[in-house]
Amino acid sequence: MNAFPEALPVKAPRPRRSSLRSWRWGDRLFYVLAWASGLALCLIAGALVLYMLVRGLQYVSPSLIFSRPRAEVNQAQIGGFLDPLLGTLLLVAIGVVLATPVGVASAVWIVEYGQGRVGRRLARVVESSVEIVAGTPDIVIAIFALTLFQLGAFSFLSFTASGGGVYGRSFLTAGAAISLLAIPPVFLATRDGLEALPGHQREGAFALGKTRVATIRRVLLPGVRPNIATGVTLGMGRIIGDTAIVFLLLGVGASERIEPQSGPAGLNVLRGTGSTLTSYIYSNSPAGEGAAPQKAYAAAFVLLAMVLALNAAAGFISGRGRSGRMSFGDRVRYGAWA
Amino acid sequence: MSSLESIRSRERVEEVPPVKRIVLDRPPTAVPPPELDGASRRRPAVAGPERLRLEGVSVHYGGQAAVKDVSLSVHQGEVLALIGPSGCGKTTLLRTLNRLTELTPGASRGGSVLLDGAEVHELPDTDLRARVSMVFQQPNPFPMSIFDNVAFALREQSRKRPRRREIEPQVVDALRRAGLYEEVREDLHRPALRLSGGQQQRLCIARAIALRPEVLLMDEPCSALDPRSTETIEQLIGELRRELAVVIVTHNLQQAHRVADRVAFMYLGDLVEHGEVEQVFRVPRAPRTRDYVKGVFG
Repeated sequence: MNAFPEALPVKAPRPRRSSLRSWRWGDRLFYVLAWASGLALCLIAGALVLYMLVRGLQYVSPSLIFSRPRAEVNQAQIGGFLDPLLGTLLLVAIGVVLATPVGVASAVWIVEYGQGRVGRRLARVVESSVEIVAGTPDIVIAIFALTLFQLGAFSFLSFTASGGGVYGRSFLTAGAAISLLAIPPVFLATRDGLEALPGHQREGAFALGKTRVATIRRVLLPGVRPNIATGVTLGMGRIIGDTAIVFLLLGVGASERIEPQSGPAGLNVLRGTGSTLTSYIYSNSPAGEGAAPQKAYAAAFVLLAMVLALNAAAGFISGRGRSGRMSFGDRVRYGAWA
Repeated sequence: MSSLESIRSRERVEEVPPVKRIVLDRPPTAVPPPELDGASRRRPAVAGPERLRLEGVSVHYGGQAAVKDVSLSVHQGEVLALIGPSGCGKTTLLRTLNRLTELTPGASRGGSVLLDGAEVHELPDTDLRARVSMVFQQPNPFPMSIFDNVAFALREQSRKRPRRREIEPQVVDALRRAGLYEEVREDLHRPALRLSGGQQQRLCIARAIALRPEVLLMDEPCSALDPRSTETIEQLIGELRRELAVVIVTHNLQQAHRVADRVAFMYLGDLVEHGEVEQVFRVPRAPRTRDYVKGVFG
């Protein structure tokens, strides 16, 4: 017997959206609004990038990038932004080095250890704290950190003036404060990754007689490596773009130069003051000293390029919007290069 | 097709080699119909010394009893199948044997489980789980290479990790005993998640037997696999029981009949009946067992 008789009357499926005219007024209005908002955002983003591209390419040059800033009257003709560029990179490095272990470790604690009645409550407290840190305006973090690091106990992080006052401004103090901006993305990405890991992987390791630590180190953390990378990349973007903490805690001088303090090589730079691209843009823009807007445009172009590159990297790592093919993250996760 | 497209499509083929999987699997063998007369099954089991003894074991989740007063013993050289309807406590009982139930919040255990005469709660859980290891329903290889999956089981948590060369013989031996080595020997450093489902499950078995445990627990090891892989795993169970005791949970009565030497039937947390496989399936003593196993031969 034929299970599928051919005489079944089959209607061609009606196209779901035959025409906008057949829609109700409310639906039409919402449809138009949704499209309009999306397009407006695209336009704004496009205009921003295009404007910075035109302005930036107009003024940016190798000599500007590779020469140090100089404190001269005629700012329009003299000096580049090598120091601010290096300052940005240094600050990102310090922030990431501080934020990654804290963010990853607290996420591991929340997911793997925050069990039981007390543990779960503590875990909730930690999650709320991270949310508070994530929502705090950077200027508030900056003023709080400045008060803290000017205490005598923290004099080793910056330098002490002749009168005995602790300056509290240096790459170390700014990096410590700015790492707070990177902790939330690292924490959230790691936590989500750990929660998404299939539970049977954990049990599989326990069932082999592995300790919790070995399970976390050898199975779970390798599994969430792409998540951690995504979080770190997003955190780097936030550090690069920050201005308030730099202004209050990096001790931006009039010269915009990296000024080492006393101490062994390397540490002297970290204990010293400097500037970043954001502070450089501000000082050179018409809103700041206003002497050389074209240099501000050039620096802004470099800054925007860095942020866009980081965002692209984050998307690439997390495999967003790459359908069909194995994403970079999946390659890492499943050991495609193992 | 433009040259760019052809390059793309070639890449895609390299990423997911669908042909390779089939080629690497065992050559197709016709699955023999289950021989229900029991005469020509892979016999006989040579019952060795007692490995596990359960005395009055009960497990509670919160206030609710999942397993009630179960007494059993498991001998080396034989396969014990736990059967029963869903939610009757088979898996819970299995997980009690290597103390995995402890990971579930609110679970508590009464009675005693003795491994070679020693109460399992007095052994360190890492030692216990190395001696009573487990294979799960869903193949769960770790996201590493085939080699590292087995090596992970072998490595101690000492400060000094043994070198690759030092543990390679043990890894190969475990893969061989799990019947996987011939299929993967060309490249042990391929990612384990690229293997087929049946191969993944055999890798998990290799991982579980790498430390030469005394008891192997299997929680429905074939329910996620196709018939051919199931056949392979069942053969493997028959070979493995020589060196260790196997406890297997299964929903599949045909499978229980094929692989088990002894069967324990559970119902709502109670151990209703246990005994030799032929006795339980052919002349069950309890009416509940009779209701449950009827149809296997009909």
